[in-house]
Amino acid sequence: MLRRRVIPCLDVSDGRVVKGTRFVDLTDEGDPPELAERYAAEGADEIVFLDIGAAPEGRGTLLEIVERTARRAFIPLTVGGGVRSVEEMRDVLRAGADKVSLNTAAVADPDLVARCATRFGRQAVVVAIDARRLVPASGGPGRADAAGDPARRSRPGGADPAWEVLVRGGREVTGLDAVAWAERAVALGAGELLVTSIDRDGTQAGFDTALLRAISSRVRVPVIASGGAAGPADFVAAIVEGGADAVLAASIFHRRLHSIAAVKAAMAAAGLSVRLAPAGGA
Amino acid sequence: MSRLRVALVDYGAGNLVSIGQALEVVGAEVRLVRDGDELRAAEALVVPGVGAAAPAMARLAERGLVEPIRRWIEDRRPYLGICLGLQLLFEESDEDGARTFGVLPGRTVELVNAPTLPHIGWNQVVRRREHPLFAGIAPAADFYFVHSYAGRPAPGADTVALADTVHGEAFVSAIARGPLLGVQFHPERSGRDGLRLIANFAALARDDALEAA
Repeated sequence: MLRRRVIPCLDVSDGRVVKGTRFVDLTDEGDPPELAERYAAEGADEIVFLDIGAAPEGRGTLLEIVERTARRAFIPLTVGGGVRSVEEMRDVLRAGADKVSLNTAAVADPDLVARCATRFGRQAVVVAIDARRLVPASGGPGRADAAGDPARRSRPGGADPAWEVLVRGGREVTGLDAVAWAERAVALGAGELLVTSIDRDGTQAGFDTALLRAISSRVRVPVIASGGAAGPADFVAAIVEGGADAVLAASIFHRRLHSIAAVKAAMAAAGLSVRLAPAGGA
Repeated sequence: MSRLRVALVDYGAGNLVSIGQALEVVGAEVRLVRDGDELRAAEALVVPGVGAAAPAMARLAERGLVEPIRRWIEDRRPYLGICLGLQLLFEESDEDGARTFGVLPGRTVELVNAPTLPHIGWNQVVRRREHPLFAGIAPAADFYFVHSYAGRPAPGADTVALADTVHGEAFVSAIARGPLLGVQFHPERSGRDGLRLIANFAALARDDALEAA
Protein backbone atom coordinates (compact mmCIF):
# COMPACT_ATOMS: atom_id res chain seq x y z
CA MET A 1 0.00 0.00 0.00
CA LEU A 2 1.22 3.45 -0.90
CA ARG A 3 2.61 5.25 2.12
CA ARG A 4 1.58 8.77 3.08
CA ARG A 5 4.68 10.90 2.81
CA VAL A 6 6.21 13.28 5.33
CA ILE A 7 8.34 15.85 3.54
CA PRO A 8 10.60 18.39 5.18
CA CYS A 9 10.86 21.52 3.07
CA LEU A 10 14.09 23.43 2.76
CA ASP A 11 13.36 27.01 1.77
CA VAL A 12 16.68 28.29 0.53
CA SER A 13 17.87 31.82 -0.02
CA ASP A 14 21.47 32.78 -0.76
CA GLY A 15 22.59 29.22 -0.10
CA ARG A 16 21.08 28.93 3.37
CA VAL A 17 17.89 27.32 4.62
CA VAL A 18 15.54 30.05 5.78
CA LYS A 19 12.03 30.20 7.13
CA GLY A 20 9.74 33.16 7.52
CA THR A 21 6.20 33.84 8.54
CA ARG A 22 3.81 34.29 5.62
CA PHE A 23 6.78 34.51 3.25
CA VAL A 24 8.49 37.41 5.05
CA ASP A 25 10.74 37.90 8.13
CA LEU A 26 13.22 35.24 7.03
CA THR A 27 15.49 33.63 9.62
CA ASP A 28 18.55 31.43 9.01
CA GLU A 29 17.92 27.74 9.75
CA GLY A 30 21.05 25.98 8.47
CA ASP A 31 23.05 24.47 5.60
CA PRO A 32 20.84 22.79 2.93
CA PRO A 33 22.83 19.59 2.29
CA GLU A 34 23.45 19.08 5.99
CA LEU A 35 19.76 19.38 6.81
CA ALA A 36 18.76 17.14 3.91
CA GLU A 37 21.10 14.42 5.09
CA ARG A 38 19.84 14.71 8.64
CA TYR A 39 16.23 14.41 7.50
CA ALA A 40 16.98 11.39 5.32
CA ALA A 41 18.54 9.66 8.31
CA GLU A 42 15.55 10.57 10.47
CA GLY A 43 13.05 8.99 8.07
CA ALA A 44 11.98 11.79 5.72
CA ASP A 45 10.23 10.28 2.72
CA GLU A 46 11.34 13.00 0.37
CA ILE A 47 12.93 16.44 0.45
CA VAL A 48 11.51 19.56 -1.16
CA PHE A 49 13.97 22.29 -1.82
CA LEU A 50 12.63 25.71 -2.76
CA ASP A 51 14.95 28.50 -3.83
CA ILE A 52 12.64 31.20 -2.54
CA GLY A 53 15.09 33.94 -3.43
CA ALA A 54 14.92 32.94 -7.09
CA ALA A 55 11.54 34.13 -8.30
CA PRO A 56 11.52 37.66 -6.84
CA GLU A 57 15.05 38.52 -7.91
CA GLY A 58 14.86 36.64 -11.20
CA ARG A 59 17.88 34.52 -10.36
CA GLY A 60 18.47 31.02 -11.63
CA THR A 61 18.32 28.04 -9.35
CA LEU A 62 21.44 27.41 -7.33
CA LEU A 63 22.54 24.26 -9.14
CA GLU A 64 25.63 23.76 -7.07
CA ILE A 65 23.62 23.49 -3.87
CA VAL A 66 21.11 21.20 -5.55
CA GLU A 67 23.98 18.96 -6.55
CA ARG A 68 25.56 18.95 -3.10
CA THR A 69 22.17 18.20 -1.55
CA ALA A 70 21.36 15.41 -3.98
CA ARG A 71 24.73 13.74 -3.36
CA ARG A 72 24.16 13.46 0.37
CA ALA A 73 20.57 12.24 0.64
CA PHE A 74 19.52 9.07 -1.23
CA ILE A 75 15.86 9.94 -1.06
CA PRO A 76 13.86 11.88 -3.65
CA LEU A 77 14.51 15.56 -4.11
CA THR A 78 12.09 18.07 -5.59
CA VAL A 79 13.53 21.44 -6.51
CA GLY A 80 11.69 24.66 -7.22
CA GLY A 81 12.46 28.31 -7.59
CA GLY A 82 13.25 30.29 -10.69
CA VAL A 83 12.77 27.54 -13.29
CA ARG A 84 11.32 29.22 -16.37
CA SER A 85 12.17 26.95 -19.29
CA VAL A 86 12.58 23.34 -20.39
CA GLU A 87 16.35 23.95 -20.51
CA GLU A 88 16.43 25.22 -16.94
CA MET A 89 14.41 22.23 -15.81
CA ARG A 90 16.83 19.93 -17.61
CA ASP A 91 19.74 21.58 -15.77
CA VAL A 92 18.05 21.12 -12.40
CA LEU A 93 17.33 17.44 -13.13
CA ARG A 94 20.90 16.96 -14.28
CA ALA A 95 22.13 18.53 -11.04
CA GLY A 96 20.40 15.71 -9.17
CA ALA A 97 16.77 16.65 -8.67
CA ASP A 98 14.07 14.04 -9.33
CA LYS A 99 11.25 16.52 -9.77
CA VAL A 100 11.01 20.21 -10.48
CA SER A 101 8.32 22.43 -9.10
CA LEU A 102 6.98 25.27 -11.22
CA ASN A 103 5.11 28.16 -9.69
CA THR A 104 5.39 31.73 -10.98
CA ALA A 105 6.60 30.61 -14.40
CA ALA A 106 3.71 28.18 -14.81
CA VAL A 107 1.17 30.94 -14.19
CA ALA A 108 2.96 33.30 -16.57
CA ASP A 109 3.39 30.62 -19.25
CA PRO A 110 1.00 27.69 -18.65
CA ASP A 111 2.27 25.93 -21.76
CA LEU A 112 5.61 25.54 -19.95
CA VAL A 113 3.94 22.84 -17.84
CA ALA A 114 2.99 20.96 -21.01
CA ARG A 115 6.44 21.36 -22.58
CA CYS A 116 8.21 20.12 -19.44
CA ALA A 117 5.82 17.18 -19.07
CA THR A 118 6.34 16.18 -22.69
CA ARG A 119 10.10 16.36 -22.33
CA PHE A 120 10.61 14.77 -18.91
CA GLY A 121 7.35 12.99 -18.15
CA ARG A 122 4.55 14.37 -16.02
CA GLN A 123 5.84 12.62 -12.91
CA ALA A 124 8.81 15.00 -12.91
CA VAL A 125 6.62 18.11 -13.03
CA VAL A 126 5.20 19.50 -9.79
CA VAL A 127 3.06 22.61 -9.97
CA ALA A 128 3.26 24.64 -6.77
CA ILE A 129 0.19 26.71 -5.97
CA ASP A 130 0.34 29.45 -3.36
CA ALA A 131 -3.26 30.11 -2.42
CA ARG A 132 -4.92 32.75 -0.27
CA ARG A 133 -8.47 32.53 0.94
CA LEU A 134 -10.78 35.15 -0.49
CA VAL A 135 -12.74 37.00 2.13
CA PRO A 136 -16.28 37.63 0.88
CA ALA A 137 -17.16 41.29 0.38
CA SER A 138 -20.18 41.09 2.66
CA GLY A 139 -19.61 41.19 6.41
CA GLY A 140 -19.75 38.08 8.54
CA PRO A 141 -18.99 36.68 11.92
CA GLY A 142 -15.57 35.31 11.01
CA ARG A 143 -14.04 38.16 9.11
CA ALA A 144 -12.31 39.89 11.97
CA ASP A 145 -10.03 36.95 12.70
CA ALA A 146 -7.80 36.68 9.66
CA ALA A 147 -5.78 33.71 10.97
CA GLY A 148 -8.75 32.00 12.58
CA ASP A 149 -10.93 29.14 11.52
CA PRO A 150 -11.29 29.35 7.75
CA ALA A 151 -14.58 27.49 7.72
CA ARG A 152 -16.05 30.16 9.93
CA ARG A 153 -14.55 32.99 7.94
CA SER A 154 -15.80 31.73 4.59
CA ARG A 155 -19.40 31.19 5.43
CA PRO A 156 -20.83 34.72 5.55
CA GLY A 157 -23.24 35.10 2.70
CA GLY A 158 -23.45 31.31 2.40
CA ALA A 159 -21.03 31.21 -0.53
CA ASP A 160 -18.56 28.34 -0.99
CA PRO A 161 -15.06 29.20 0.11
CA ALA A 162 -12.70 30.32 -2.62
CA TRP A 163 -8.97 30.89 -2.88
CA GLU A 164 -6.88 33.00 -5.22
CA VAL A 165 -3.45 32.18 -6.58
CA LEU A 166 -0.50 34.37 -5.69
CA VAL A 167 2.91 34.25 -7.35
CA ARG A 168 6.39 35.70 -6.92
CA GLY A 169 6.74 34.33 -3.41
CA GLY A 170 3.29 35.48 -2.39
CA ARG A 171 3.88 39.08 -3.47
CA GLU A 172 1.72 39.23 -6.56
CA VAL A 173 -2.00 38.57 -6.94
CA THR A 174 -3.00 36.78 -10.15
CA GLY A 175 -6.79 36.78 -10.00
CA LEU A 176 -6.73 33.04 -10.76
CA ASP A 177 -9.03 30.77 -8.79
CA ALA A 178 -6.82 28.21 -7.03
CA VAL A 179 -9.06 25.20 -7.69
CA ALA A 180 -9.54 26.07 -11.36
CA TRP A 181 -5.81 26.62 -11.76
CA ALA A 182 -5.09 23.29 -10.07
CA GLU A 183 -7.35 21.47 -12.52
CA ARG A 184 -5.83 23.29 -15.47
CA ALA A 185 -2.27 22.59 -14.30
CA VAL A 186 -3.06 18.87 -14.12
CA ALA A 187 -4.68 18.95 -17.56
CA LEU A 188 -1.52 20.62 -18.87
CA GLY A 189 0.71 17.90 -17.44
CA ALA A 190 1.43 18.46 -13.75
CA GLY A 191 2.10 15.11 -12.09
CA GLU A 192 1.77 16.44 -8.57
CA LEU A 193 0.50 19.60 -6.86
CA LEU A 194 2.19 21.33 -3.95
CA VAL A 195 -0.56 23.38 -2.35
CA THR A 196 0.50 26.06 0.12
CA SER A 197 -1.90 28.14 2.15
CA ILE A 198 -0.36 31.58 2.36
CA ASP A 199 -2.75 32.43 5.19
CA ARG A 200 -1.32 29.59 7.24
CA ASP A 201 2.32 29.50 6.09
CA GLY A 202 4.62 29.84 9.08
CA THR A 203 1.73 30.54 11.46
CA GLN A 204 1.48 27.02 12.94
CA ALA A 205 -2.31 27.43 12.82
CA GLY A 206 -2.78 24.07 11.07
CA PHE A 207 -3.23 23.28 7.37
CA ASP A 208 -6.11 24.81 5.44
CA THR A 209 -7.88 21.48 5.06
CA ALA A 210 -10.81 23.04 3.18
CA LEU A 211 -8.40 24.29 0.51
CA LEU A 212 -6.75 20.87 0.33
CA ARG A 213 -10.09 19.08 0.04
CA ALA A 214 -11.33 21.51 -2.60
CA ILE A 215 -8.30 20.65 -4.75
CA SER A 216 -7.72 16.97 -3.91
CA SER A 217 -11.36 16.15 -4.67
CA ARG A 218 -10.96 17.58 -8.18
CA VAL A 219 -7.68 16.05 -9.33
CA ARG A 220 -6.25 12.54 -9.53
CA VAL A 221 -2.60 13.48 -9.05
CA PRO A 222 -1.10 13.45 -5.55
CA VAL A 223 -1.56 16.63 -3.53
CA ILE A 224 1.15 17.74 -1.11
CA ALA A 225 -0.19 19.85 1.76
CA SER A 226 1.89 22.82 2.86
CA GLY A 227 1.61 25.81 5.13
CA GLY A 228 0.66 25.85 8.78
CA ALA A 229 1.87 22.62 10.41
CA ALA A 230 2.16 22.94 14.17
CA GLY A 231 2.10 19.36 15.37
CA PRO A 232 1.47 15.71 14.42
CA ALA A 233 -2.32 16.11 14.56
CA ASP A 234 -2.16 18.63 11.73
CA PHE A 235 -0.46 16.08 9.47
CA VAL A 236 -3.25 13.60 10.15
CA ALA A 237 -5.89 16.28 9.44
CA ALA A 238 -4.26 17.26 6.13
CA ILE A 239 -4.65 13.65 4.96
CA VAL A 240 -7.91 12.61 6.58
CA GLU A 241 -9.81 15.89 6.19
CA GLY A 242 -7.87 17.47 3.33
CA GLY A 243 -7.38 14.35 1.20
CA ALA A 244 -3.66 15.11 0.83
CA ASP A 245 -1.30 12.36 -0.24
CA ALA A 246 1.74 13.89 1.40
CA VAL A 247 2.42 16.55 3.98
CA LEU A 248 5.17 19.10 3.94
CA ALA A 249 6.56 21.21 6.76
CA ALA A 250 9.62 23.31 7.46
CA SER A 251 9.98 25.16 10.72
CA ILE A 252 8.64 22.50 13.08
CA PHE A 253 11.35 20.14 11.81
CA HIS A 254 14.16 22.68 11.49
CA ARG A 255 13.57 23.89 15.02
CA ARG A 256 13.17 20.32 16.30
CA LEU A 257 9.75 21.09 17.74
CA HIS A 258 8.62 17.68 16.49
CA SER A 259 10.57 14.80 15.00
CA ILE A 260 9.64 13.09 11.76
CA ALA A 261 9.31 9.87 13.74
CA ALA A 262 6.80 11.48 16.13
CA VAL A 263 4.74 12.76 13.21
CA LYS A 264 4.73 9.33 11.58
CA ALA A 265 3.84 7.61 14.83
CA ALA A 266 0.79 9.87 15.13
CA MET A 267 -0.16 9.13 11.53
CA ALA A 268 0.19 5.38 12.09
CA ALA A 269 -1.90 5.63 15.27
CA ALA A 270 -4.59 7.33 13.18
CA GLY A 271 -4.62 4.33 10.86
CA LEU A 272 -2.62 5.92 8.05
CA SER A 273 -0.06 3.89 6.13
CA VAL A 274 3.44 5.28 6.72
CA ARG A 275 6.97 4.09 6.19
CA LEU A 276 8.29 3.65 9.71
CA ALA A 277 11.75 2.34 9.01
CA PRO A 278 14.16 5.18 8.31
CA ALA A 279 15.77 5.13 4.90
CA GLY A 280 19.23 5.79 6.27
CA GLY A 281 21.43 8.62 5.12
CA ALA A 282 24.28 6.69 3.50
CA MET B 1 39.40 -6.67 -6.26
CA SER B 2 39.00 -4.40 -9.28
CA ARG B 3 36.04 -2.10 -9.42
CA LEU B 4 33.09 -3.14 -11.56
CA ARG B 5 32.92 -0.99 -14.69
CA VAL B 6 29.32 0.09 -15.10
CA ALA B 7 27.98 1.81 -18.19
CA LEU B 8 25.19 4.20 -17.24
CA VAL B 9 23.11 5.07 -20.27
CA ASP B 10 22.68 8.81 -20.64
CA TYR B 11 19.83 9.61 -22.98
CA GLY B 12 18.53 12.75 -21.35
CA ALA B 13 15.73 11.04 -19.44
CA GLY B 14 16.04 12.34 -15.93
CA ASN B 15 18.28 12.26 -12.92
CA LEU B 16 21.60 10.50 -13.50
CA VAL B 17 23.35 12.05 -10.52
CA SER B 18 21.65 9.93 -7.89
CA ILE B 19 22.03 6.58 -9.65
CA GLY B 20 25.64 7.45 -10.56
CA GLN B 21 26.35 8.41 -6.96
CA ALA B 22 24.66 5.30 -5.63
CA LEU B 23 26.74 3.06 -7.93
CA GLU B 24 29.91 4.81 -6.79
CA VAL B 25 28.93 4.48 -3.15
CA VAL B 26 28.72 0.69 -3.59
CA GLY B 27 32.17 0.63 -5.19
CA ALA B 28 31.46 0.61 -8.92
CA GLU B 29 33.27 2.69 -11.49
CA VAL B 30 30.66 4.57 -13.49
CA ARG B 31 30.94 5.76 -17.05
CA LEU B 32 28.17 7.76 -18.69
CA VAL B 33 27.46 6.23 -22.07
CA ARG B 34 26.17 8.36 -24.92
CA ASP B 35 26.96 6.14 -27.88
CA GLY B 36 27.29 2.46 -28.67
CA ASP B 37 31.11 2.38 -28.82
CA GLU B 38 31.33 3.43 -25.21
CA LEU B 39 29.64 0.20 -24.14
CA ARG B 40 32.65 -1.92 -25.12
CA ALA B 41 34.69 -1.58 -21.94
CA ALA B 42 31.73 -2.05 -19.63
CA GLU B 43 31.00 -5.10 -17.48
CA ALA B 44 27.47 -4.12 -16.50
CA LEU B 45 24.81 -1.88 -18.01
CA VAL B 46 22.37 0.28 -16.08
CA VAL B 47 19.50 1.88 -17.98
CA PRO B 48 17.73 4.45 -15.83
CA GLY B 49 15.10 6.90 -16.94
CA VAL B 50 11.70 8.33 -16.26
CA GLY B 51 9.08 9.53 -18.69
CA ALA B 52 7.54 8.29 -21.88
CA ALA B 53 8.82 5.46 -24.04
CA ALA B 54 8.63 7.07 -27.50
CA PRO B 55 10.95 10.04 -26.84
CA ALA B 56 13.28 7.71 -24.92
CA MET B 57 13.52 5.26 -27.84
CA ALA B 58 13.97 8.19 -30.23
CA ARG B 59 16.87 9.56 -28.20
CA LEU B 60 18.46 6.11 -27.89
CA ALA B 61 18.17 5.79 -31.67
CA GLU B 62 19.71 9.24 -32.24
CA ARG B 63 22.71 8.17 -30.18
CA GLY B 64 23.07 4.84 -31.96
CA LEU B 65 22.33 2.95 -28.76
CA VAL B 66 19.34 0.81 -29.70
CA GLU B 67 21.22 -2.00 -31.45
CA PRO B 68 24.19 -2.08 -29.03
CA ILE B 69 21.79 -2.38 -26.08
CA ARG B 70 19.80 -5.09 -27.86
CA ARG B 71 23.03 -6.99 -28.54
CA TRP B 72 24.12 -6.54 -24.93
CA ILE B 73 20.91 -8.20 -23.77
CA GLU B 74 21.15 -10.97 -26.38
CA ASP B 75 24.73 -11.65 -25.27
CA ARG B 76 23.32 -12.23 -21.79
CA ARG B 77 25.39 -9.57 -20.11
CA PRO B 78 24.35 -7.94 -16.79
CA TYR B 79 21.57 -5.40 -17.27
CA LEU B 80 19.68 -3.43 -14.65
CA GLY B 81 16.73 -1.43 -15.91
CA ILE B 82 15.26 1.15 -13.57
CA CYS B 83 11.71 2.45 -14.08
CA LEU B 84 11.60 3.31 -17.79
CA GLY B 85 14.71 1.14 -18.20
CA LEU B 86 12.55 -1.82 -17.14
CA GLN B 87 9.52 -0.83 -19.21
CA LEU B 88 11.65 -0.59 -22.37
CA LEU B 89 12.38 -4.33 -22.13
CA PHE B 90 8.78 -5.16 -23.05
CA GLU B 91 7.38 -5.11 -26.58
CA GLU B 92 5.30 -1.99 -26.68
CA SER B 93 4.08 0.88 -24.51
CA ASP B 94 0.42 1.85 -24.27
CA GLU B 95 1.51 5.36 -23.30
CA ASP B 96 2.36 6.38 -26.84
CA GLY B 97 2.37 3.18 -28.85
CA ALA B 98 6.17 3.12 -28.94
CA ARG B 99 7.83 -0.11 -30.01
CA THR B 100 10.39 -0.96 -27.35
CA PHE B 101 13.15 -3.59 -27.11
CA GLY B 102 10.77 -6.52 -26.97
CA VAL B 103 13.11 -8.87 -25.13
CA LEU B 104 10.36 -9.64 -22.61
CA PRO B 105 6.92 -10.76 -23.83
CA GLY B 106 4.34 -8.26 -22.69
CA ARG B 107 3.55 -4.59 -22.81
CA THR B 108 3.71 -1.45 -20.73
CA VAL B 109 0.26 -0.49 -19.47
CA GLU B 110 -1.25 2.32 -17.45
CA LEU B 111 -2.22 1.66 -13.82
CA VAL B 112 -5.85 2.34 -14.65
CA ASN B 113 -7.23 1.40 -11.23
CA ALA B 114 -4.82 3.57 -9.26
CA PRO B 115 -6.50 5.91 -6.76
CA THR B 116 -3.84 8.54 -7.48
CA LEU B 117 -1.78 8.80 -10.62
CA PRO B 118 1.15 9.14 -11.09
CA HIS B 119 1.97 6.58 -8.43
CA ILE B 120 4.43 8.66 -6.41
CA GLY B 121 5.91 7.62 -3.10
CA TRP B 122 7.08 4.69 -1.04
CA ASN B 123 5.31 1.40 -1.46
CA GLN B 124 5.89 -2.20 -0.51
CA VAL B 125 7.74 -4.47 -2.90
CA VAL B 126 6.47 -7.96 -2.09
CA ARG B 127 8.64 -10.74 -3.41
CA ARG B 128 7.26 -13.82 -5.14
CA ARG B 129 10.49 -15.72 -4.75
CA GLU B 130 13.95 -15.32 -3.34
CA HIS B 131 16.61 -13.79 -5.52
CA PRO B 132 20.13 -12.56 -4.67
CA LEU B 133 19.24 -9.09 -6.02
CA PHE B 134 17.22 -8.71 -2.81
CA ALA B 135 19.71 -10.37 -0.47
CA GLY B 136 19.58 -8.77 2.96
CA ILE B 137 16.32 -6.95 2.19
CA ALA B 138 13.03 -7.75 3.95
CA PRO B 139 10.49 -9.71 1.85
CA ALA B 140 8.12 -6.74 1.75
CA ALA B 141 10.41 -3.71 1.97
CA ASP B 142 9.46 -0.17 1.01
CA PHE B 143 10.94 1.40 -2.12
CA TYR B 144 10.28 4.70 -3.86
CA PHE B 145 8.12 4.82 -7.00
CA VAL B 146 7.47 7.57 -9.53
CA HIS B 147 5.49 6.33 -12.54
CA SER B 148 2.08 5.94 -14.16
CA TYR B 149 2.78 2.89 -16.32
CA ALA B 150 4.24 -0.52 -15.59
CA GLY B 151 5.39 -3.47 -17.67
CA ARG B 152 2.92 -6.33 -17.72
CA PRO B 153 4.35 -9.71 -18.72
CA ALA B 154 2.27 -11.55 -21.31
CA PRO B 155 0.06 -14.39 -20.04
CA GLY B 156 2.25 -17.39 -19.35
CA ALA B 157 5.39 -15.22 -19.34
CA ASP B 158 5.15 -13.99 -15.79
CA THR B 159 7.85 -16.35 -14.57
CA VAL B 160 10.12 -13.34 -15.00
CA ALA B 161 8.21 -11.55 -12.22
CA LEU B 162 10.21 -11.31 -9.04
CA ALA B 163 8.05 -8.99 -6.96
CA ASP B 164 4.70 -7.23 -6.97
CA THR B 165 3.38 -3.95 -5.62
CA VAL B 166 -0.20 -2.82 -5.10
CA HIS B 167 -1.54 0.62 -5.98
CA GLY B 168 -5.21 0.16 -6.74
CA GLU B 169 -4.14 -3.01 -8.52
CA ALA B 170 -1.15 -5.31 -8.32
CA PHE B 171 1.63 -4.77 -10.83
CA VAL B 172 5.02 -6.37 -11.34
CA SER B 173 7.61 -4.21 -9.61
CA ALA B 174 10.74 -6.31 -10.21
CA ILE B 175 11.76 -8.84 -12.85
CA ALA B 176 14.68 -11.21 -13.27
CA ARG B 177 15.63 -13.49 -16.13
CA GLY B 178 19.22 -14.58 -15.81
CA PRO B 179 21.41 -11.49 -16.15
CA LEU B 180 18.45 -9.34 -17.15
CA LEU B 181 17.12 -7.45 -14.14
CA GLY B 182 14.61 -4.68 -13.85
CA VAL B 183 12.89 -2.71 -11.11
CA GLN B 184 9.95 -0.32 -11.46
CA PHE B 185 10.99 1.59 -8.34
CA HIS B 186 14.03 3.80 -7.84
CA PRO B 187 16.64 2.01 -5.71
CA GLU B 188 18.90 5.06 -5.98
CA ARG B 189 16.19 7.01 -4.15
CA SER B 190 15.17 4.31 -1.69
CA GLY B 191 17.63 4.88 1.12
CA ARG B 192 19.51 2.00 2.69
CA ASP B 193 17.54 -0.85 1.09
CA GLY B 194 17.95 0.79 -2.30
CA LEU B 195 21.71 1.01 -1.89
CA ARG B 196 21.72 -2.61 -0.76
CA LEU B 197 19.94 -3.67 -3.95
CA ILE B 198 22.41 -1.73 -6.10
CA ALA B 199 25.30 -3.27 -4.19
CA ASN B 200 23.78 -6.72 -4.75
CA PHE B 201 23.52 -6.06 -8.48
CA ALA B 202 27.13 -4.88 -8.63
CA ALA B 203 28.36 -7.94 -6.71
CA LEU B 204 26.37 -10.36 -8.90
CA ALA B 205 27.64 -8.71 -12.07
CA ARG B 206 31.23 -8.67 -10.86
CA ASP B 207 31.14 -12.31 -9.81
CA ASP B 208 29.37 -13.34 -13.00
CA ALA B 209 26.75 -14.93 -10.76
CA LEU B 210 23.61 -13.80 -12.54
CA GLU B 211 23.15 -16.76 -14.87
CA ALA B 212 22.90 -19.01 -11.84
CA ALA B 213 20.70 -16.64 -9.82
